[in-house]
Amino acid sequence: MAQAFQKIFTQITAITKATCSLKATGVGNDELATVNGKLAQVVKIIGDDVTLQVFQGTEGIPTNAEVVFLGKAPSLKVSDQLAGRFFNAYGDPIDGGPAIEGREVEIGGPSVNPVRRKQPSELIATGIAGIDLNNTLVSGQKIPFFADPDQPYNTVMANVALRAQADKIILGAMGMTNDDYLYFKNVFSNAGVLDRIVSFVNTTENPAVERLLVPDMALAAAEYFAVEKHEKVLVLLTDMTLYADALAIVSNRMDQIPSKDSMPGSLYSDLAKIYEKAVQFPEEAGGGSITIIAVTTLSGGDITHAIPDNTGYITEGQLYLRRDSDIGKVIVDPFRSLSRLKQLVAGKKTREDHPQVMNAAVRLYADAANAKTKLENGFDLTDYDNRCLSFAKDYSSKILAIDVNINTTEMLDIAWELFGTYFKPEEVNIKQALVDKYWKK
Amino acid sequence: MTKGTVKGIIANLVMVEVDGPVSQNEICYISVKDVKLMAEVIKFTGKQAYAQVFESTRGLKVGNEVEFTGHMLEVTLGPGLLSRNYDGLQNDLDKLTGVFLKRGEYSYPLDKEKLWDFQPLAKVGDVVEAAAWLGEVDENHQPHKIMVPFVMEGKYTVKSIVKAGQYKIEDEIAVITDEEGKDHVITMIQKWPVKKAITAYREKPRPFKLLETGVRTIDTANPICEGGTGFIPGPFGTGKTVLQHAISKQAEADIVIIAACGERANEVVETFTEFPELEDPHTGRKLMERTIIIANTSNMPVASREASVYTSMTIAEYYRSMGLRVMLMADSTSRWAQALREMSNRLEELPGQDAFPMDLSAIIGAFYARAGFVYLNNGQTGSVTFLGTVSPAGGNLKEPVTEGTKKVARCFYALEQARADRKRYPAVNPLDSYSKYLEYPEFQEYIAKRIDENWIPMVNEMKTYMQRGKEIQEQINILGDDGVPVDYHEAFWKSEVIDFIILQQDAFDKTDALCPLERQQYMLKLVINLCRKDYNFDAFLDVSEYFKKVINLLKQMNYAEFNSDDFKNYEKKLEELLKTKQL
Repeated sequence: MAQAFQKIFTQITAITKATCSLKATGVGNDELATVNGKLAQVVKIIGDDVTLQVFQGTEGIPTNAEVVFLGKAPSLKVSDQLAGRFFNAYGDPIDGGPAIEGREVEIGGPSVNPVRRKQPSELIATGIAGIDLNNTLVSGQKIPFFADPDQPYNTVMANVALRAQADKIILGAMGMTNDDYLYFKNVFSNAGVLDRIVSFVNTTENPAVERLLVPDMALAAAEYFAVEKHEKVLVLLTDMTLYADALAIVSNRMDQIPSKDSMPGSLYSDLAKIYEKAVQFPEEAGGGSITIIAVTTLSGGDITHAIPDNTGYITEGQLYLRRDSDIGKVIVDPFRSLSRLKQLVAGKKTREDHPQVMNAAVRLYADAANAKTKLENGFDLTDYDNRCLSFAKDYSSKILAIDVNINTTEMLDIAWELFGTYFKPEEVNIKQALVDKYWKK
Repeated sequence: MTKGTVKGIIANLVMVEVDGPVSQNEICYISVKDVKLMAEVIKFTGKQAYAQVFESTRGLKVGNEVEFTGHMLEVTLGPGLLSRNYDGLQNDLDKLTGVFLKRGEYSYPLDKEKLWDFQPLAKVGDVVEAAAWLGEVDENHQPHKIMVPFVMEGKYTVKSIVKAGQYKIEDEIAVITDEEGKDHVITMIQKWPVKKAITAYREKPRPFKLLETGVRTIDTANPICEGGTGFIPGPFGTGKTVLQHAISKQAEADIVIIAACGERANEVVETFTEFPELEDPHTGRKLMERTIIIANTSNMPVASREASVYTSMTIAEYYRSMGLRVMLMADSTSRWAQALREMSNRLEELPGQDAFPMDLSAIIGAFYARAGFVYLNNGQTGSVTFLGTVSPAGGNLKEPVTEGTKKVARCFYALEQARADRKRYPAVNPLDSYSKYLEYPEFQEYIAKRIDENWIPMVNEMKTYMQRGKEIQEQINILGDDGVPVDYHEAFWKSEVIDFIILQQDAFDKTDALCPLERQQYMLKLVINLCRKDYNFDAFLDVSEYFKKVINLLKQMNYAEFNSDDFKNYEKKLEELLKTKQL
């Protein structure tokens, strides 16, 4: 047993809410340890003074606690046995099943050499036109939902996951309510896809700092399936705001100077390390991919807060949900949502008219928004304004609503039909050749 | 060499007790398990050096050995830099094996075995100094000069120089003798510490030559000069990267260096994938032939992110010394500033605004100052044009990085969320953006010769129409469509014509993406002329309907090949349409 080689220390010199310090030698940076059985990780070494971050919090830790260093960074055993299982943040099963046998890999491993990546080019069809038409997703992409806590992002995400035709879906749940956890479990098992799902779950009932391990655990599992099994893997991370909050707690306990919104100065790098694990591997490397769809909850729609702000600079776009009062449904907001990789597939993997139709429709929808403002301010509307408003209503219910489930060609046909119903060709500003071909008289 | 042992570790900051002298910014290697990690000294107190490690410090222990190298972070300069993909420390990414970047794996930036066709330029007896051209090799059709190393001070006499022929980069190509009679062997390569500017030139005048980018909202509205500086701040999702890519593809430069600093890996991959396919619009050769990419994506170690901007600037200065026009783009300088912040935080320095280091604006200023148009010692010219992007937190321009940059950069391209939301790309706000070069008499004189003397007045006239249009739009929003006179609508729609035809440009359309200066001139004249005319409208409704048709025809012209039959056809239709309403 390895136990015989492990040194045990019992002299704790300092305890804060999330960390404890002790005198120890021969300890490696990032190494795991147990403090009276609680898992902890080395975060700072000054001479023989070692500081540990205790994941479950330091409640009840005595000054003579037994500290055992495990000689390794946090790791996960990977093998095909992961499929269909539920784990906690440490990678231990919570579904009553047996422990996983497999190769042990350190989580939070190195990044992919950028020249060994392939440019993402495979469309991920979700059937939701607000996504597929206006904000097309591509495998190897990373994109979050920016949503207020009351919006149905988990439902939409579950729908996207099920329709996306991924080989594996890996759920990393951070601070998820038990109800939502059961919802996901239910949806996945009802859809009969449980054998394609791997879940790492930290619920609101678990300690907050434990969450810090969840994304790395989920992505270590994802890398196993994408790199070694050449699979198309979809990773769902919800909620990244709670992850960032946990980062702030730890940095605060370590007396770091906070930057914007009390977040650690390294927030951008910390988030980037997670999101940049999204990748499309080239055929030579097996052609697997990791796509990340995350959730970043906002406080009252404020995207200038450090968490969504930094996220937006890292991810390849963002999706917003909004309730459209005209049709009484939740829609994918066409103005603020953006998929940065859409041009890699729009008009290439979809019909040629896709990019121009998408832009023209959004432009007309914007004109409708202007008309609405005029109306609210009590001004008379022009004929064009009225046509825009009618267009917007149809566009909203036939394209933007999240309950739409059609393929992209149908979406484009619907858009041309709406153009033809409400506008003249010169009002939509589309290249003449496309108008000649697709305009519905 | 000095040696040391590790005494403490906080993330990527390592405290090292040393047994001899070390200098600030000296490079050292820290042993961990079976690899050596590169690190840079950034602080020294007592017997302890503080080193920032360029890689993950996982598993590093107190007591591990450290070796110092005696030099600062350097890049290797020589033929063969072009077309390569480097990381921030100039490791050739293509030479690294494996899908994942292995810690402690470094690679030589050049090809030691390749033979280059060398032509001598200097002869025995010539008196030379640092950066003097001794000879040249052909590097992807660029005359790559072999120079006296920049580190050599004083005057030297050429003692011998090899004949024209094929040589490897490490072969001796010349021997030069210093004033004390000591001989120095020159090869095709030299090293230079990245944090120092290369100043081996005679003079750095104010920039005055237009640098054509093919992007109308830049060249026409707010031009940048060869050797000029500019910055693009933009909230995310406003098309910053697309604009930057368009400029790097089209700019009239001999060499393009792209520093992807802490940005998305997939964007870098886009450049990797597209550039080898794309043709250089000026030479017809592949774009990649004149491009160097320094990729330090956001998930790569923070400390090398900071190094990456300096690495790219040093390579840019090297090519400038050869008399070439270099375009350097850094995306994004905010990530670089954040790297500085992370280190400053770990060093427990007293923070400035938003926890950035106090000297941030001085660091930014010193960096932008390295760009410029220069007269070399031999009278030739060279330039480094620098365009940096800034990613202001929350889109708020009153933050330290944007403010620090605004003080030093001469051009400002204000990307705007509202324009992006309305899909008016490039989403550069024409009124908030500026180019200080428009005020330079040197530039005015130059542009009068290159285009014509009415150009700048015409550009200003265009901006006046835009300003007027904006004011009227605000009035209409308050008073309503029928609350203002019909000619107000006319003025508003004239500004819309300018917006749609001159300012907006489709970066994804083959023809429209690149608009040569000649074509820009033609279109601006056409548009300004129709703006100068008065029109005959009865009601405001007719105005919008009419001008939408005008815009549509002009837009089809933008999409058509310049002066093609299609183009002329649309122009003819436009003329007919204009006749119906013009007074």
